[in-house]
Amino acid sequence: MNVRIPALLGLALGFAVGTVAADVLRGGDPQAGEAIYSRCLACHALAYNRTGPKHCGLLGRRAGGVAGFEYSAAMKRTNWIWDRKTLDRFLADPMKAVPGTAMGYAGVKDPQERADLIAYLEQAGTSKECRSP
Amino acid sequence: MSSRIQTPDASLVIAPDAPEMETRRSFLGKSGLLLSGAAIALLAGRDALAKGNPSAASDVNVLNSALGAELEAIAAYQVGAESGLLQKPVLNLAVTFQGHHKEHADVLAKTIAKLGGQPVSAKAEYSFPVDTLKNQNDVLRFAAMLEKGAVSAYLGAVPLFNNRELAKAAASILGDEAMHWAILRNALGEDPVPSAFMS
Repeated sequence: MNVRIPALLGLALGFAVGTVAADVLRGGDPQAGEAIYSRCLACHALAYNRTGPKHCGLLGRRAGGVAGFEYSAAMKRTNWIWDRKTLDRFLADPMKAVPGTAMGYAGVKDPQERADLIAYLEQAGTSKECRSP
Repeated sequence: MSSRIQTPDASLVIAPDAPEMETRRSFLGKSGLLLSGAAIALLAGRDALAKGNPSAASDVNVLNSALGAELEAIAAYQVGAESGLLQKPVLNLAVTFQGHHKEHADVLAKTIAKLGGQPVSAKAEYSFPVDTLKNQNDVLRFAAMLEKGAVSAYLGAVPLFNNRELAKAAASILGDEAMHWAILRNALGEDPVPSAFMS
């Protein structure tokens, strides 16, 4: 019994830490993320390409994969698929993550803000705006 | 004395010859002077800006991101100006702001060339949500959204420059975009400066 308590405690703590880490990547607050997305609106929109590519359908899309959009060679070379992990890495420091990217932006440095932004992008992908033809 | 522009739509309260209008002209003129200062800094031809500088390629990349957004802003204001939805003096304001973006784009393109880079060109066509623009306030909201984004974009660009003069010049443009955003919000009847910090 005395042996099992620390083991259970360790298991519980491990679960808690894992949950917190997962929340940062998985959770996020889409509503907070929408406000953060306003920072992107000089160059991006959900439903149509602008100076930057559109964001509808972003999750699961190959980096550099919007037909008709002219990407940097660096972005096309990544062979990334946009998911929570790759987005988190790119958004933290775009020019470091993909040297030569056309996105000359310092990045979203706060991990929670990135999680919120990614949550918003994920939710927006199922929005009416993104479902429209 | 207030230079507040009231909404809705064309019901702006400032008469063309009112003192407030003179104040705004003066304000816009001063912002133009600031931009001139940025232009001088960008084009001063300092050694650090000379071609061949190893850090110049990165700076060119950042400048081209800004140039692309400026060119799109010029096109967006053109759509707004030609929409028939803007009434004077809001229309004049939009044209003035578009003029600022043209100045930004011009100086950015020249600086990129000076650094040995290739300035991006305006796209053959841009997509704008014209279907959602039904009245003057819709156009103002759209413009405000772009200007807020521009402020954030420059805020995200300033720390990236290897050359401090470029960072200073970008910050000067940022200030101009922030003024645009505040004026547009004011025209919409919203708090022109909703927070102490930008992000």
